[in-house]
Amino acid sequence: MFKTLMIILLSSVLVNNYVLSRFLGICPFLGVSKKLNQATGMGIAVTAVMLLATAVTWPIQYFLLDKVGLGYMQTIVFILVIASLVQMLELLLKRFIPALHRGLGVYLPLITTNCAVLGVAINNITDGYNFLESMVSSLGVGLGFLLAMVLFSGLRSRIEESSIPKPFRGLASTLIAASFISLAFMGFAGIVDKIFA
Amino acid sequence: MKKNGNLSILLKGLLKENPVFVLILGTCPTLATTTNVKGAFGMGIAALAVLVCSNILISLLRKIIPDSVRIPCYIVVIAGFVTIVQMIVQAFLPELYEMLGVYLPLITVNCIILGRAEMFAGKNNVGKSALDGIGMGLGFTIALLAMSTIREVFGAASFAGIAIPFLEPYKIEFLVKAPGGMLVYGCLIALVYVITRGKAPLKKSFSCAGCPNAATCQTGSCEAPAEAVAKAPAAEIEKGGAQ
Repeated sequence: MFKTLMIILLSSVLVNNYVLSRFLGICPFLGVSKKLNQATGMGIAVTAVMLLATAVTWPIQYFLLDKVGLGYMQTIVFILVIASLVQMLELLLKRFIPALHRGLGVYLPLITTNCAVLGVAINNITDGYNFLESMVSSLGVGLGFLLAMVLFSGLRSRIEESSIPKPFRGLASTLIAASFISLAFMGFAGIVDKIFA
Repeated sequence: MKKNGNLSILLKGLLKENPVFVLILGTCPTLATTTNVKGAFGMGIAALAVLVCSNILISLLRKIIPDSVRIPCYIVVIAGFVTIVQMIVQAFLPELYEMLGVYLPLITVNCIILGRAEMFAGKNNVGKSALDGIGMGLGFTIALLAMSTIREVFGAASFAGIAIPFLEPYKIEFLVKAPGGMLVYGCLIALVYVITRGKAPLKKSFSCAGCPNAATCQTGSCEAPAEAVAKAPAAEIEKGGAQ
């Protein structure tokens, strides 16, 4: 049991990193990674929203949609639930924990339609995980996102300072840099199976 | 060509305002589904269908939808069409359905579709919105085809599943893997910049207001300027204080 959970956690952080190998959530990855503190804030906010979204969407799928045979409404229901959840979280944080809201609040609206959040909610269902496994997988994906953001912001601050040929300025060079980080992460392939073999 | 002629609305999506290479929208499907030509073509057509339908419907409803809740309304319309497309693909093209996997439902959160709804369909009449949808959808499809051709031919030595034997010993497998996608995408963005000689319309005029990243997106390229994020909390606090 513990072993299965660890495998899910480690593989979603390192091997199947959502940003670097599945390209989910690449918008904030490229957009909000210029500075370390922003990257960390975004990463933490995404992790929190993913956990929350999974905690809500998993029961909805199994206890509501499947029960009444509306499994095909998954996409619509999930995106609406996630969007309203993020809105609610923002309101609650603003009202009750203003300090945290100042830190993370800006990132929340951006997450509403982040594909990584919807992606992890749908993938947990497609992969047939039980509730605990789904939560662990969401945690792993979120941490993987955070890790990628933090690493990339370090690389990014160096790119900003160097002189780059004009056509490659901006997004082109950013993507190529992301490609190298992704290449580095490919090295993790197979590592999880080896650890738990 | 007239400045706002119907033809130019249709054609601008192809190169000048190409959603993928110039407006930089819809990065995730662009990177994820271009490992082979078939998947990329399927993705392009699926997104095209959703884009045209949602553009038409949103344009029809543009006077009914209240401004303050327009984004959730757009999302519902888009998610509805995505579900329809998903069911059609699952029923008639099961092979493609398997290939696209999670990226098919994720068309819902594709920035291109929400972005066009916000930037164009919400402000223009039905005919123009439909043309814009077709143009942008074709631009997306062409961009995906260009990328997937490069990746499949040089990475897997085949085209749309047909093997190209003489390239077999020289294939660069790296290209069909995740990092290769980003590398090819980065190079193509630079190439399109060179072709359009940097005359690509100023990104400012296309602020991706519909994109979830809009708040950080002052330059309109989903590239968050550092100040935008830093300023935002201050603005929030001021608002809170006013209340």
